[in-house]
Amino acid sequence: MKFNNVGISGWGVYIPKYRISLDEIAKAWGYPSTYPQGLNVVEKAVAGVDEDTITMGFEAARNALRRAGVDPNFIGAVYVGTESKPYAVKPSATVIAEALGITPKKLTADLEFACRAASEALGISIGLVSSGMVKYALVIGSDTAQASPGDVLEFTAASGSAAYVIGRDDGNAAAYFEGFYSYVTDTPDFWRKENAPYPMHGESFTGEPAYFHHIVSAVKGLLEELGLRPSDFDYFVPHQPNGKFPLKVARILGFPKEKVLPGLIVTRIGNTYSASALIGLAAVLEKAKPGSRILVAPYGSGAGADAMSIVVKDSILDKVGKAPTVKDYISRKTYIDYGLYVKFYNKLRRFKF
Amino acid sequence: MRKVYVVGVGLTKIGRHFDKGLRELFAEAALKAIDDTKGVNVEALVVGNMSSSSLCEQDNLGALLADYAGLTGKPAFKVEAACGSGGTAVFTGYSLVASGLFNVVMVGGVEKLTEYPTRTVTSALAQASDAEYELYFGASFTGLNALIMRYYMEKYGVTRSEISEWPVLMHENASRNPYAQLPFKITKERVDKSQIIADPIRLYDASPIGDGAAAIILASEEVARKITDTPVEIAGLGMATDKLYLASRDKLDTFKATVEAAKVAYNMANISPKDVDVAEVHDAFSILGLINLEDLGFVEEKGKTAKLLCEGRFRPGDKPAVNPSGGLKARGHPVGATGVYQVAEVAMQLRGDFPGTKVPEAKVGLAQSIGGVGSTIVVTILKR
Repeated sequence: MKFNNVGISGWGVYIPKYRISLDEIAKAWGYPSTYPQGLNVVEKAVAGVDEDTITMGFEAARNALRRAGVDPNFIGAVYVGTESKPYAVKPSATVIAEALGITPKKLTADLEFACRAASEALGISIGLVSSGMVKYALVIGSDTAQASPGDVLEFTAASGSAAYVIGRDDGNAAAYFEGFYSYVTDTPDFWRKENAPYPMHGESFTGEPAYFHHIVSAVKGLLEELGLRPSDFDYFVPHQPNGKFPLKVARILGFPKEKVLPGLIVTRIGNTYSASALIGLAAVLEKAKPGSRILVAPYGSGAGADAMSIVVKDSILDKVGKAPTVKDYISRKTYIDYGLYVKFYNKLRRFKF
Repeated sequence: MRKVYVVGVGLTKIGRHFDKGLRELFAEAALKAIDDTKGVNVEALVVGNMSSSSLCEQDNLGALLADYAGLTGKPAFKVEAACGSGGTAVFTGYSLVASGLFNVVMVGGVEKLTEYPTRTVTSALAQASDAEYELYFGASFTGLNALIMRYYMEKYGVTRSEISEWPVLMHENASRNPYAQLPFKITKERVDKSQIIADPIRLYDASPIGDGAAAIILASEEVARKITDTPVEIAGLGMATDKLYLASRDKLDTFKATVEAAKVAYNMANISPKDVDVAEVHDAFSILGLINLEDLGFVEEKGKTAKLLCEGRFRPGDKPAVNPSGGLKARGHPVGATGVYQVAEVAMQLRGDFPGTKVPEAKVGLAQSIGGVGSTIVVTILKR
């Protein structure tokens, strides 16, 4: 869909400070030492014992509001995209909205679509802002991604949040949306059943018919609709389940590696699920010059992908320094070993008399 | 017994066919084979398949696949001999025509594996081994082959690097095969450093998991002469079995069943191993490729195959050229279909129309199909 009146007023991220190296995980489970190299991921971010999707989402939202510089009371909708809600029933979005002091009289909901939920929230927010139903919408992608100990997923399932304030493309906007294209099918590549403690996945089925097919289809659809080519973009930020897939999908679509690397944050923090592509986008916004055109392509298992074209505006330059950057969060780190990691994720429980 | 000819072949590309099930895969191969004969009237169907029961929850494959191959109502059989189902299906189809019961029989093979996680597929495939004496104790199929590889390497002083020559050649051959699952070249270093699956078997020693279907059409001499100028005769066939339980075998560095089956097939075809121009052998793991060439009589001194391979033997132009398809290693191994692929590929080599690595002027070809760890073996010899 093409439109020209909606922009990004502010963005912010939060990445917990704990890191576990993939080598440490490989050692714990007896994987070959070369296994992490194959994923092109060095270490992943781990939420601390006192952090969850809500606390991280709140931090990211606060950073986004700092950059947006708008009166929080004008925010008419708060959406949280996540697949690791602290409560199965009870919204995370209301907790965050309340903590930000912007309740009541808001549209709020948690959305679930694997790693793509926050991207769907962006689509909804663009519609709400574009129609005039709300002045600003706050979109949060936040996850403490879960993986069974020993499963290959455990190498990349990470924690982090990204938040975006979506508003009119006015003088305050840091960037504006040119188009938004979604491509969804019923493709069971990754799922978690009711009462199952961890998700299941279809191994290599998560690649070709899932991640690649959907992202390629969404991007091609958007390019056709906007009459653009890969060479018209300065950056390409696809969803980042590992460090290999984004580079491969770029190759398939004809984007050179140089346009992917600035937003490729998975290598240092792992796959933050609902926040993955959106933290990648934040990293690019914090480097991009006004006039740069960015293609973002989140993907969620189950399956669906979105492609959106975003053009950076002059006011971005004033906003970058108003909150900690992705780079700041990536370099702020404390390494933990596998023992502490399983304790943090409540995988080891102390027996109480 | 009457003479039997291969008069048509049809193959699907082997790979992860996420959009096709058992029946669609088989229909594709079957219809191609019928087209190859310009529409001969097929009287019966024999299908080789290993795991439709355990993975696809589907039995009664004969009737199902006859229906999807356009043979509704015709007699149809499923033949199962684990990974040797394909070769065993060829043996069965041959018997039906040779006996005079039918004039035209389609022999097919099909396997659909990629719907499931690796551990599920691995468990299903392990059923080729002895469940009560081996599997219950935790042995995997790869693990059992690894025991053989370790024993062979120790006994004959064969190195890791020498064995790596096998997958390198297989990938080289497969790189030209449009039906191959892994049509790319690899280096010895890549094999040597690949992930250990069951020590000493590494990733690049092992055939991949893939879906595929193959079909050939067998006909009596009278029918064959009418429909093709290039019929390929099944000149010899041998089949033998051995104990499933490896620990009860006399030897681990040779498969007695291959030796027995080959002897019968060579005698029936009235040839010796040195007459064979092209051979497709069952290399589910690199080590099996080496052992098979010795058991089939292509290598005189036991334990020397890897050295001969490193010296450049068994390439196209040599006698025999081994696995120009890329073998199970790189063409792929859609289990119950593999034995049918092999016979189809050898038939195409003899007809001169194999679309991959060609063996020029090939007149005599051999296909070896193995079920289990050398427990069911069919050797088929074809002549132009």
